[in-house]
Amino acid sequence: MKSMVMPLNPTPGTAPAAAGALHGVATDWAADKEVFPVPWGKAMMWIFLLSDTFIFTCFLTSYMNVRISTTASWPNPSKVFALDVAGHPVPLLLIAIMTMVLISSSGTMAIAVNYGYRRDRAKTAALMLATAAFGATFVSMQAFEWTKLIVHEGVRPWGNPMGAAQFGSAFFMITGFHGLHVSAGVIYLSVVARRVWRGFYDRKGSYETVEIAGLYWHFVDLVWVFIFALFYLW
Amino acid sequence: MDQTVVIGQKPAHAEGQQHPIRIYLWIWALLFVFSVFSYLVDYFQFHGLMRWTLIITFMLVKAGCIVAIFMHMAWERLALKFAILIPPLCLLILIGLMAIEGAHTFLTRWGAFVR
Repeated sequence: MKSMVMPLNPTPGTAPAAAGALHGVATDWAADKEVFPVPWGKAMMWIFLLSDTFIFTCFLTSYMNVRISTTASWPNPSKVFALDVAGHPVPLLLIAIMTMVLISSSGTMAIAVNYGYRRDRAKTAALMLATAAFGATFVSMQAFEWTKLIVHEGVRPWGNPMGAAQFGSAFFMITGFHGLHVSAGVIYLSVVARRVWRGFYDRKGSYETVEIAGLYWHFVDLVWVFIFALFYLW
Repeated sequence: MDQTVVIGQKPAHAEGQQHPIRIYLWIWALLFVFSVFSYLVDYFQFHGLMRWTLIITFMLVKAGCIVAIFMHMAWERLALKFAILIPPLCLLILIGLMAIEGAHTFLTRWGAFVR
């Protein structure tokens, strides 16, 4: 019973040195206790995000598969998503702005989490609402993009005038699912921000819910990084 | 939370993940810079190996920044890092197999319909 004496569960939130860290993995899983010394909501959010990673990877992989296997030429995203500025087509302009908007929202979210742990109610709520506003802006721009593609370019899930028919189905599936994630995130953040503002987490004694909502939001941004690179730039 | 902390002695992180805001601002700026870089890859119409290398590099750097700093993975314990970051590696097998399958479908289509 000598092992009972040694500390089984070192301080959470710290990254121990490499050798000690591997020993930590062993004790975390072997000891008769919770594996992850983090709030359960956070562990569950991570596991949900892991499952979401598999879903989005399946979408992007099927997109890769149809793009490799089609014999028709793939529409050039650089041209399809160009916007005319003063008569000149600027490639991917809207997509670039959407990317910046989403990155900005991730920045405000990260700082909101920080102010949450400092118990600064007003700043946390304000930054979360700013994040949600950036998210809503992103979805609006996406709606504009979809309208442009459907109405003006004639892109449909089953075909388009520019080339491979699979372009439309991959595009609507991937960006549609991502857009739904952003929309859900905007609602989620607004609900949590309202609770922050009303002091719910002060009474609860913990602001970890803000960090958990932040994890979800950063994940949405993370997925966009991959969509931007693999669908729009490839 | 912590079973070994002596009563009255505070752990290193009193509550959750607290780090200087400076770190977030830096990562935020980095993400902006790398997004601009990846946009410029398209703007200046790089092609071929150069394009794929740049796109994938910028993508992975951005993803790394978000997961490590914004999502605080860098400060989590190794058991959690392993549980979350190792399973997605199976997806590399899926991607590899689907690439082979796609190439095979392309060749059969090419042989049957196009040629």
